[in-house]
Amino acid sequence: MTEALAPADEADLIRAVAAAYEAGTLLEVLGSGSKRGLLRPVQAARSLSTKALTGISFYSPQELVLSAHAGTPVAEIEATVAGRGQQLTSEPPDFSALLGSQGAQTLGGVVGANLSGPRRVAWGATRDHVLGVRAVNGRGELVRSGGRVLKNVTGLDICKLLTGSHGTLAVLSEITLKVLPTPERCGTVVLPGLAPEQGVAALAAALGSPYGVSGAAYLPAEAAALVPALAWLGAPVALLRIEDFSQSVAYRTDKLRMELAGFGRAELLDDAASRAAWAAVRDATPLAGDTGAIWRVSVRPSSGPSVAAAVAQAFAARWFLDWGGGLVWIAGPATDAAHAAVMAAAKAGGGTWMLLRGPEGLRASVPVIPPEPAALARITASVKAAFDPKGILNPGRMYAGV
Amino acid sequence: MIAQPEPKRDVLARRDAIVAGLRALLPETGVIAEPLRLKPYETDGLAAYRQVPLAVVLPETTEQVAAVLAFLSREGVRVVPRGAGTSLSGGALPMADAVVVGMMRMNRILDIDYANRFSVVQAGVTNIGITQAVSGDGFFYAPDPSSQLACMIGGNVGMNSGGAHCLRYGVTANNLLGVKLVTIQGEVIDIGGEHLDAAGYDWLGLITGSEGQLGIVTEVTVRILRSPEGARAMLAAFRANEVAGQCVDAIIGSGIIPVALEFMDRPAIHACEAFAHAGYPLDAEAMLIIEVEGSVAEQDFLLDRIKDICGRFDPISLKVSQSAEESLAIWKGRKGAFGAVGRISPDYLCMDGTIPTSRLPEVLRRIGEMSAACGLQVANIFHAGDGNLHPLIMFDANDASSFAKAEKFGADILRLCVEVGGCLTGEHGVGVEKRDLMPVQFTDIELDQQRRIKSAFDPEWLLNPNKVFPLLPPPPALPKAA
Repeated sequence: MTEALAPADEADLIRAVAAAYEAGTLLEVLGSGSKRGLLRPVQAARSLSTKALTGISFYSPQELVLSAHAGTPVAEIEATVAGRGQQLTSEPPDFSALLGSQGAQTLGGVVGANLSGPRRVAWGATRDHVLGVRAVNGRGELVRSGGRVLKNVTGLDICKLLTGSHGTLAVLSEITLKVLPTPERCGTVVLPGLAPEQGVAALAAALGSPYGVSGAAYLPAEAAALVPALAWLGAPVALLRIEDFSQSVAYRTDKLRMELAGFGRAELLDDAASRAAWAAVRDATPLAGDTGAIWRVSVRPSSGPSVAAAVAQAFAARWFLDWGGGLVWIAGPATDAAHAAVMAAAKAGGGTWMLLRGPEGLRASVPVIPPEPAALARITASVKAAFDPKGILNPGRMYAGV
Repeated sequence: MIAQPEPKRDVLARRDAIVAGLRALLPETGVIAEPLRLKPYETDGLAAYRQVPLAVVLPETTEQVAAVLAFLSREGVRVVPRGAGTSLSGGALPMADAVVVGMMRMNRILDIDYANRFSVVQAGVTNIGITQAVSGDGFFYAPDPSSQLACMIGGNVGMNSGGAHCLRYGVTANNLLGVKLVTIQGEVIDIGGEHLDAAGYDWLGLITGSEGQLGIVTEVTVRILRSPEGARAMLAAFRANEVAGQCVDAIIGSGIIPVALEFMDRPAIHACEAFAHAGYPLDAEAMLIIEVEGSVAEQDFLLDRIKDICGRFDPISLKVSQSAEESLAIWKGRKGAFGAVGRISPDYLCMDGTIPTSRLPEVLRRIGEMSAACGLQVANIFHAGDGNLHPLIMFDANDASSFAKAEKFGADILRLCVEVGGCLTGEHGVGVEKRDLMPVQFTDIELDQQRRIKSAFDPEWLLNPNKVFPLLPPPPALPKAA
């Protein structure tokens, strides 16, 4: 049984990491633990959770800036900013259904994993909205980077380096985000009945239009059937979201329908149906429900259909596409062979993969993300040592031996 | 003046052999070593600092860059990467014992892919060159620094350049998909690619804005965006800086994010109007340029709303552009601000701090007090949406005491930016100019953390070692034993 540490404040967190550094104690770094099932399993004597570091410490809506301690539940932050008509721009997904996890995901978890939803394609990833961090490196030292202003190029951008580092370089203590106004309305143009290549061509045409598409997904019929807002169509669907002032949503969805007339008749989802459909895409709920493996593959958008076809040929895959076709969600058997097929398809599509869910045995034995070329692997090891010289923070979480 | 590191005597002594070694790696015109021809490389946009380098190389391929860096790192020679030399922070300032690697010959656009909305360009392509290559098809590259006619994408990556439209479109880091990086050891690493969000550490994010400390970028994969249907600007003039600041808060608070939201104070308005005759209101204390995008009907809708909001703040004048030409005229003064200030003062320093937007009135008041105290004029231009403040400090470079005063005034402004919760630089980079101010913003522990990252890429500190960090020996990898 691992011993669980949950420091009560930042000073306590610094003491805990400094003590582990002195003693050379390996730490599994986490928030609520909702993403424990991602990437490689961590073998550590102790867990160190930021779940007790909670609360929004600063919020200035007119400056578009919010700071919160790492253990603050994302839902609490979303509710607070919604009260002032704002939102987390990168639309962080909630994988609790997918991963079968219990705890409410924390801000530190979303930032640590750099998870972004459908709006990524138009408005950037979570990493693009992190303005500042306070974090404790593997030597037990407080390191701040960035700040509470929107534009800052002072020194090396440690904010970006820590975002998506899965707790392997430093333990996030507090994070400052850029937030943006929630658009008044959301509407979705649905093109039913398209084959994957045609569907992605429609997404590309829409993303290359001047109408500010903020979501572009393609769901095969089986996936669409699992989304109540889309099931009635009984067909594969290409989805295009517009979020804006009401009259702009009306104008822009209309223009899109006209420009995409060559792809067949389009349907329109209203605000409520749109929100439901995009929440399903964001959380990948069409893939929830069985116990196999789940992969997230990011490729150039036009390669999405061929990645899906390749894995569907290799195993009984369930899949759908987000980010204009560039994000391929895949569910399949948790086997070495299936993983090898996903890796091959991702490489052929010129992209990258992440094993998002799988049994520990598989996660411990395969490259859960692409191995780096030798020159970069050397830099990875040196940068890891620059933060965490004794390798005590989340050892092996991303790469075996790092 | 900010001190420069001691040149390495042994490198200076081996100059001829080093130049000969470089000549063996590059075409004949790719190595410059004659004093007269080195002169143009002695400075950049921070022209008060000058130093002729040991030599300049102008590689044409990534392989040549790799060969040059491998050779120079073996020889222990310092390296200064250079794009167009437009840095306002001295980012391309040479050292006497350094070889400048100029990227201007790597100026080809390698790929444009509209279906996947990216373009692959070499580092020496100008910022505007990317937009020009895709504008015929209705696309553009979003970051638009004032120097965009000249500055190169490699330099934009190095400095994480911004521009007037960051509030909507982000800075360079938000608009990249990948880079080709050559390490100081001469290895070529592809980072990112044609897809979003590479797995692993965010090397792309770390390299962007690293000011040539980590490697040399030779190719960049940028996102290209479809241009909006149209854009239109309006001008709002107010009786006080405070009031204009409150109006900015009210616009953002209403849920409208204009694509640009620029603030100018009284001296900036006067300087720009005298230069550009843009019709700026000379009786105003502060002026906003506000730009929105969309169809004509959408522009009308947004500008009407913004006009209503401005109306609540007792404006002296509100002028909504009625045409593309009028928008251009409104922007002409702002975009010509540097030239305008250059006309009324022989020299100026363009500062670049960022502040929380709510602190603007207080910061401008204190800058005004400092200006009165040191006797140097200042005009303030401010990206009001994102808090990026550009005070233009006017001085006379022929008067050493005037320059010393200007540098001190600038440093005091940047200290003030940090004091109110902001930072030393929003988009120009630290460079030489702000190097010694880094301890104002960061603790020794934090600077050592950044310096250890540099050491991970550049163990011998050969890449641009006179920039970004105070001149100290490289930090130890492990803490000293207690």
